[in-house]
Amino acid sequence: MVSRSRSLLTAVAAFVVLVVLWEMAKLLLPADGVSVGGTRLLPRTGDAAMPHVWTVLERLGTPEVAGAGSRTVGAAVASGALFTLGLALGGLVIGGVFGVLLALVMARFGLVQRAALPYVVASQTVPLIAVAPLVAGWGGKIQILGWAWQPWASVMVIAAYLAFFPVAVGMLRGLTSPAKADVELFRSLAAGWWTTLLRLRLPASVPHVVPAVRLAAAAAVVGAIVAEISTGTRGGIGRLIISYAQSATGDPSQMYAAILGAAVLGLVAAAAVGLLDVGLKRYRGSVS
Amino acid sequence: MSAVELAGLEKWFGAVHALDGIDLTIDDGEFVSLIGPSGCGKSTLLRVVADLEQPTGGTALVAGKSPRQARVDQEYGIAFQAAGLLEWRTVAENVELPLQVHGMGRAQRRARAAELLELVGLADFAGSRPGQLSGGMQQRVAIARALAPSPRLLLMDEPFGALDEMTRERMQAELLRLARETGAAVLFVTHSIPEAAVLSDRVVVMSPRPGRITEIIGGCRPGPRIGDIRDIGDIGDIGDIGDIGDIDDVRESTAFFEAITAVRESLRKAHS
Repeated sequence: MVSRSRSLLTAVAAFVVLVVLWEMAKLLLPADGVSVGGTRLLPRTGDAAMPHVWTVLERLGTPEVAGAGSRTVGAAVASGALFTLGLALGGLVIGGVFGVLLALVMARFGLVQRAALPYVVASQTVPLIAVAPLVAGWGGKIQILGWAWQPWASVMVIAAYLAFFPVAVGMLRGLTSPAKADVELFRSLAAGWWTTLLRLRLPASVPHVVPAVRLAAAAAVVGAIVAEISTGTRGGIGRLIISYAQSATGDPSQMYAAILGAAVLGLVAAAAVGLLDVGLKRYRGSVS
Repeated sequence: MSAVELAGLEKWFGAVHALDGIDLTIDDGEFVSLIGPSGCGKSTLLRVVADLEQPTGGTALVAGKSPRQARVDQEYGIAFQAAGLLEWRTVAENVELPLQVHGMGRAQRRARAAELLELVGLADFAGSRPGQLSGGMQQRVAIARALAPSPRLLLMDEPFGALDEMTRERMQAELLRLARETGAAVLFVTHSIPEAAVLSDRVVVMSPRPGRITEIIGGCRPGPRIGDIRDIGDIGDIGDIGDIGDIDDVRESTAFFEAITAVRESLRKAHS
């Protein structure tokens, strides 16, 4: 418990340091930035480029557009972030399940591992920007039992596409991590493949899988945001950042408010994985 | 019936002749050590008995069955040099593992694990994690685990190899007591001449390339466990046997030194 509250304290302190640095930069550096011979080394620090932290926070409470009945920026950011979080977590679950299943098949059949692993790695070198319109394009032609493919489903699939990779690799590593002696012990006990999986390989894989899922959660959030942008899906924080960015010259704090929302989103996703870590604590010790 | 019967056993690893014409019978309740230089096939021999390796030729019977059937029926328990305890299980849960794998009920295996931990003197550590135990204690847990299904045969591959000398001697006494109390036969692989001499009814001396049995020496260990005495020296002055405390007397007896000398000479002969 002590270490947990300490790590929370450290996180808060890091955030405070970030805010202080931001404001110090505004205070100490010239508003036009630092240029040497026409090359800009440090960015502008004026209010148009770097609004004050409190201006950004203030903007969260004011209406999105002038006029009555408009929702506040805060409400827009929160609903966008929540929408994207849902898609990212959905993608994490789909990608996680797929990654685990893939790792199990690869661990069971050496041939599948040798055949599939290069493609698994290659899948991540394809630029996401290229994949996203493809998925959206294919999706538009799909109808499953009368259910027409929705744009958000493409976003979830792309998030899953990014999330499955670390899970598959981490899980495979974990499943093959038990020492030869441990595997032979199970063999001497006449334990079958499933029993060995349940009693040895799965518990032994936890220390490898938990960090992998943490990576996957971050990847799913990034994937969901980028996919929203490149497929033009409405309702999420990705779209919000783009539309706010278009008015950034006149209203920079609005865009930063959306970016803040995206950062909080990432933290929430990471915290969700942290819960997993707490639940699986007893398995964190490594096999001697 | 014998615990182990090997006849004309052969094992090739590619072009390497690991075991050549091994004939060996181990009676029920008998303690037999395998000793020899690295590469003499002593571990391979144990692994064939455990059905972790398949022989290339000859026959092997464990408890009157094929090694495979004996493994499935849990006729033997096994302990390696590394204790190999599962870190995420408590000490008691580690001991329960073989019983759990074979579908014994929770309450029943709890009781059995408690009984075994009592036997190895670790009853107070049932709820501890393996990482909290010393090396010797971990090895005792591994032995308790091997004994959990009440096997007729205990296979041990240098189980005390990583322990310090004092712990090692204590563990040897402990193992002898356990073997006597459970009536299990033991096949024990070791590098240590004194260890083989102090523990065994018979010491099997092996030589490498190809792996062969060069000599079988009756040990000095007092106490006829299965009827006849197979000693080489005079054990007349050791006195009455049966109590486990006598192992330290054995270590100081003439018979013990004679057995050591016999094993050492046999090893030297095999090596030259």
